[in-house]
Amino acid sequence: MESFSIEYLGLIPLFPLLAFVIIALVTRPLKRLSAYLSILAVFASLLVSAWALYSLVIAFLSHASGEALVKELTVTWFSVGGVALPAGLILDPLTAMMLIVVTIVSFLVQVYSQGYMHDDPGYSKYFAFISLFTTSMLILVMANNFLQLYIGWELVGLCSYLLIGFWYHKPEAAAAAKKAFLTTRLGDLGLLVGILIIYFTTHSFGFAEIEHEIKVGALSGGLLTVAMVCVFLGAVGKSAQFPLHVWLPDAMEGPTPVSALIHAATMVAAGVYLVARTFEMFAASPDQQALLVVAYVGGFTAIFAASMGLVMNDIKKVMAYSTISQLGYMMMGLGVGAYAAGVFHLFNHAFFKALLFLGSGSVIHAVHDQDMRNMGGLGGKLKITFVTMLFASLALAGIPPFSGFWSKDEILAGAFEKDTLLYIIGAVAAFFTAFYIFRAMFMTFTGKYRGAPAHDSHGSAGGHGHDSVHASASPEDELRAKVKEHASGHGEHGIHESPWVMTVPLILLAIPSLLSGLLGSPFMGMAFQSFIEKGAEVHEELNYTVMMSSIAIAVAGILLSSLVYYFKIIPANLISRPLPWLHAFVLNKYAMDDLYGWIVNSVVLGASRAALWFDQYVVDGIVNGVANLVGAAGGALRKVETGQIPNYGLAIFAGAVVISAVLIISGSTL
Amino acid sequence: MLSLNHFLLLGAVLFSIGLYGALSRRNAVAILMCIELMFNAVNITLVAFARFLAPAATASQSLAPVSTVGQVFTIFVITVAAAEAAVGLAIVLAIYRTRRTISVEDVDLMKW
Repeated sequence: MESFSIEYLGLIPLFPLLAFVIIALVTRPLKRLSAYLSILAVFASLLVSAWALYSLVIAFLSHASGEALVKELTVTWFSVGGVALPAGLILDPLTAMMLIVVTIVSFLVQVYSQGYMHDDPGYSKYFAFISLFTTSMLILVMANNFLQLYIGWELVGLCSYLLIGFWYHKPEAAAAAKKAFLTTRLGDLGLLVGILIIYFTTHSFGFAEIEHEIKVGALSGGLLTVAMVCVFLGAVGKSAQFPLHVWLPDAMEGPTPVSALIHAATMVAAGVYLVARTFEMFAASPDQQALLVVAYVGGFTAIFAASMGLVMNDIKKVMAYSTISQLGYMMMGLGVGAYAAGVFHLFNHAFFKALLFLGSGSVIHAVHDQDMRNMGGLGGKLKITFVTMLFASLALAGIPPFSGFWSKDEILAGAFEKDTLLYIIGAVAAFFTAFYIFRAMFMTFTGKYRGAPAHDSHGSAGGHGHDSVHASASPEDELRAKVKEHASGHGEHGIHESPWVMTVPLILLAIPSLLSGLLGSPFMGMAFQSFIEKGAEVHEELNYTVMMSSIAIAVAGILLSSLVYYFKIIPANLISRPLPWLHAFVLNKYAMDDLYGWIVNSVVLGASRAALWFDQYVVDGIVNGVANLVGAAGGALRKVETGQIPNYGLAIFAGAVVISAVLIISGSTL
Repeated sequence: MLSLNHFLLLGAVLFSIGLYGALSRRNAVAILMCIELMFNAVNITLVAFARFLAPAATASQSLAPVSTVGQVFTIFVITVAAAEAAVGLAIVLAIYRTRRTISVEDVDLMKW
């Protein structure tokens, strides 16, 4: 701890910020240089973050605990009207963990992006946005007060908008970007209200001060619950929890590495981070009602999203619903009080889900299609992608010793102790998870290639344009792309593994997918959890019933999936044929989009029309009435102005006479 | 013996004639001439006051003017009037060139 000063923490977001500014202002035309600059900057951040983490780990290993593991720096940013707005940094195990996750994933994703975006016209712009995003995310996680967190929170929202709509010439991408921005704004409003309630009762923005104020009773009872539910609403928006989850699947319109970085590993985890950061406040609400809300929203989201993941055919959509579902898991973990388990799952999930997304990107890069029905048999062609994604899938499904198992199991154990209903929900969701991820794996990598044969592949240009890395704008570009594809021989025989800049990050991410869970496993004495809980002793008694049943559930899910999609013993339409409406309903995302569309169209637009009528006829009527009155008065009076100079002269003369007469009569002598 | 009142009466009559002409005539040149008339009425009044009411004149009963303020003022009025006439006639000429008339009734662009 003594070697790392808290001031150094400020350097971490500074590097990517500098990269963003330099790329935006100077190196935009030099795309290679932009990429190297951006990667170098995030690598520098990664080193500083690692140093920060190292200092904490050293302190932790020498049995420091509690406040000894927390360093804070607060300065007054500015004060206005007696209100001092703080700016500050915090370094504690939670922040250190988030810093390392954000910088590692951002670094690997940027390396990967060099390959994935290689001939995109917006190459430099892409890296500028990614750098800005990294800066914002780092600001968010190292804030020690709500104000700064909120700034970071909105900045990552902006970057998410920019990157989802990166291919803004595609109407779907532009619409998805708007949808993501507006939906998360709805949650952000809740967060803002929550922050303001907290501020007006505790007169403080800092997390530590607020916790202290709540302890002494400045904010308690129902109002505290309301405030924390409002704060949670922000997390619901950002972490795509039900009912604000609708934006995340659409966000897949953005480039796949962006999905991996923002919509799987980091930004969507910000909601979970927020709840973890303010966990004490949630826990302080009477009867832990606020936590109960978190637990149930998370649990419902976990199973709700997982069920949609079962039927999606777009590989990225499967990953998107999987992300929503896993975020629900984390929320549920936090909600049932398994604080360290929830954070642990965030940590593990960041790596294996980023890997799943980057792997999907590698597949899409190879076949220029996202529909799994047009894939199959790619395991032999994309060996590295296949093996690394298999690691991630096993981690996601929860097979020991892969990372996901340890954290998911602990969340389930926490739920089991707290609430049987939540445990059942979690267990069913775990089964769904194992099923859908292996469904995706089998459909993509095993069996026969179902894509278009070599000569027809150009005909399916629709698929090409869907997540096109070429993003061709002009017919010439299209033609060149086609010629290039033809030369490399597209179709089944033309499918080849991605370049090393893309596969190396996959391999590097596969390592934590396998091993990161062990940090929090009983073999290592739950070291991770103990670290996150600031050195507190973590109970090590294991719930073997839960552990065995979660392994059984995961294996059952994988087996059933293999029976349907690998051995094809059970027909895939076993459920969808007798109940076509159910399948259609789930495939249509439970008609949530339609519902929101209806709400917007009828309720919001209806209210808007009423307001328009009021504005046009009542407000405008008053305004125009006043104007007309003045106009009419002027119209009557303007006849006086004849334009005849003698008339004016006469008026002056008459005026002079009248004044003189008055003066004379009144006897004044001027 | 002419007294101050005679001069003042002359000034008032001249001024009234000029005012009547300025208000009633339609011809812009005639109006300018009437304005000159009013200037001269004022000049007569000024000179008369200077002659009869200047402090030195009343004190010594001598007709030699001591204070020349009124006379100097009159010279100024004449000078300004000359300039005014030059500008006024130039405007009238310009109006005539563009509108082919110098009747002030026809020059009423300022009206509503």
